[in-house]
Amino acid sequence: MTNSAEQLPGRAMLHPEMVAAEDNQAMYRDGHRLDHAEGASKPLRSRPEPQPRGAKIHGNRPIDQAEAAARFIASPEHEKMHDERLWDLRQKRDREMHHIPEWEQLRSLASAIKEHTLTHLDEYLDQFEAHARANGIHVHWARDAAEHNRIVHGILSDHSAKSLIKSKSMLTEECGFRHYMASVGIEVIETDLGERIQQLDKEDPSHVVVPAVHKLRTDVAKVFADTIGTDPENSDVHYLAEAQREATRPLILAADAGMTGGNFVVAETGTFVVCTNEGNADLSANVPKLHIASIGIEKIIPRLEHLAVFVRLLSRSALGSPMTQYTSHFRGPRAGGEMHVVLVDNGRSERLGLEEFWTSLKCIRCGACMNTCPVYRRSGGLSYGATYSGPIGLIIDPTFNARKYSNLPFASSLNGSCTNVCPVKINIHEQIYAWRRELVKRHDVPLVKKAAMKAAGELLSRPAAYRAAIASADVALAHLPRFVIYNGLNAWGKHREVPHPPKQTFHSWYKANRGGTQ
Amino acid sequence: MTSRDDILESIRASLPRVDRPLPHVPMFDEDPPASLLSAFKDSLERMGGIFLDPPASGDVLAPVRVKVASAKVVCSTVPEIAGNRDIATVSATQELADVDFAIVRASFAVAETGSVLLSETDLNINALAYLAQHLIVLLDPADIVVNLHHAYRRPEFRERHYASFHTGPSATADIEGVLIHGAQGVRSLSVLPIARIYQPQPTSPQEKKHD
Ligand code: SF4
Repeated sequence: MTNSAEQLPGRAMLHPEMVAAEDNQAMYRDGHRLDHAEGASKPLRSRPEPQPRGAKIHGNRPIDQAEAAARFIASPEHEKMHDERLWDLRQKRDREMHHIPEWEQLRSLASAIKEHTLTHLDEYLDQFEAHARANGIHVHWARDAAEHNRIVHGILSDHSAKSLIKSKSMLTEECGFRHYMASVGIEVIETDLGERIQQLDKEDPSHVVVPAVHKLRTDVAKVFADTIGTDPENSDVHYLAEAQREATRPLILAADAGMTGGNFVVAETGTFVVCTNEGNADLSANVPKLHIASIGIEKIIPRLEHLAVFVRLLSRSALGSPMTQYTSHFRGPRAGGEMHVVLVDNGRSERLGLEEFWTSLKCIRCGACMNTCPVYRRSGGLSYGATYSGPIGLIIDPTFNARKYSNLPFASSLNGSCTNVCPVKINIHEQIYAWRRELVKRHDVPLVKKAAMKAAGELLSRPAAYRAAIASADVALAHLPRFVIYNGLNAWGKHREVPHPPKQTFHSWYKANRGGTQ
Repeated sequence: MTSRDDILESIRASLPRVDRPLPHVPMFDEDPPASLLSAFKDSLERMGGIFLDPPASGDVLAPVRVKVASAKVVCSTVPEIAGNRDIATVSATQELADVDFAIVRASFAVAETGSVLLSETDLNINALAYLAQHLIVLLDPADIVVNLHHAYRRPEFRERHYASFHTGPSATADIEGVLIHGAQGVRSLSVLPIARIYQPQPTSPQEKKHD
């Protein structure tokens, strides 16, 4: 694998398959391929293969992440594409980072601003509400998912709205919003391409930024053939995307209301900010007269000048592009329109009180920790069986349901790469370990996992040794989590280094983990 | 108790008892590019946008005329070039669904990212910038700021209800990383550097440049 960190912007290889014949915008003026907006910097090819599905959900029983991961790994085309695609995003992130001399300073600022805001959260929410109201925004507060859904339903009922176009929002996933709306007879249309694919396939998003990243083009062709009537034999990506555009546009024009999330909320101006690449949030917000934004209370920052820090970090960390194509600031309703903001707690205020875990609220949902995580890349987001997957999921899912997600904090090699890439400097791997300890205390965690805990605990308590242990992790990550096996942090870390191809090392990690032996 | 009070009370009960002062954010502008316009152009093109170089003939608007020559519906909100759909007569956003080209002027642009800022003052109807198939943006080269830190000092963010940075056209790579322009919104975004011939609609005395 070449190291694209050394490549100049836009100098990735142009591959003819990757651009539509007439789309010369997909090419830089020197003929090189563009790779903004999640575009891969190299062609990824895969052969058709049935899509492995996510974790099996049995009520409140602990999710068996390893079981679902096994099925993902047993689908080599999916596993390979997923792994390469996300690693490509990670490398593009590195490339961007190297272009910004103040990168580390920005991360420290972002972390400090978030920590300041979270420790004064009540004051800033109060400020936001006052300013937003003064600008004509209706502000609502929801304690939990159920209240959020009821409030939105109430607003829609007041306007006799029967259809809602919306942009991607992890918060509404958290709230089970689409299910609720279906139960009250309101049609919800997702407008983000990836999210729409997932909605039509009746599957949850597998990644916070690229919701259908676990699907091959042939999977999408099948979903679209079954739902919007495309040619089942045609899996050309341009054809599929265009068919979706054509199918969704009339729904956008006819919708009674629009909904977005919010990436950032600015207290001093009463503004909320939405970042997308497709412009679908702006369609959702600006075509219907009614705009509802559902926003988690932790998204707030004090002032506009702070926004610059986060906007500079977000897309670079997420996709390795300097900015999302659209970064939209909503400060009040448009002429003749109506705007509502629903501020949602849903466990956040409680999380704020958890001494070891409150800083997880700094998260800006960039997905960088997922893209870099060897376990995530190899097992797919749906294997976690939770709204949030990957490293960030491991540390926030248990706050929603400690029993159901009790296995998740063990789906990590504790290699620390997530912590290294996190733009707001959350100590993710340390929190993963802290959750293990917590869950062992509170729940019946299998013996083998308890042993893993002990080894990790010893190493984590000696920072210098730990740093040395993870020093080479980044290199190993490029291919496989060799480190996963050899770092001695894990139950499956009892192996000795033996020369075998990377693929095998992962599988042996996997087998050991899965089987709970060694 | 209302949900609002409940949530705020729960927050107060949970607030971490640590001292975290708000840091000062520098402007990070010690090393600006020699030309903001060419830095902007470079960034724009990286994001899939088209920069319309002024032709040698000196007829600055010629590239725009060429682009819209065969278009059926052109909606312009700028005095420099006329369209055939008068935005003043549009009463519902849906009436803009058949627009092939929208022509608007940006409030300002950012060299670092190649973004142009479009607000309700520039668009008249916000949906215009998303329902049109293609978007052409006029930009006064004097309206380019070096980076986002400068951008967020601009008055637009305190005065307008809607302000959106467009950085290239609508794009997605949600299927196997293949880049598609025009996922939902505009299929292309072109920027023409051309000085303002009229003052922008003044919204307040601070509308003048800050940089
Ligand atoms: S934890 Fe950090 S890296 Fe992961 S999604 Fe959140 S902000 Fe991004």
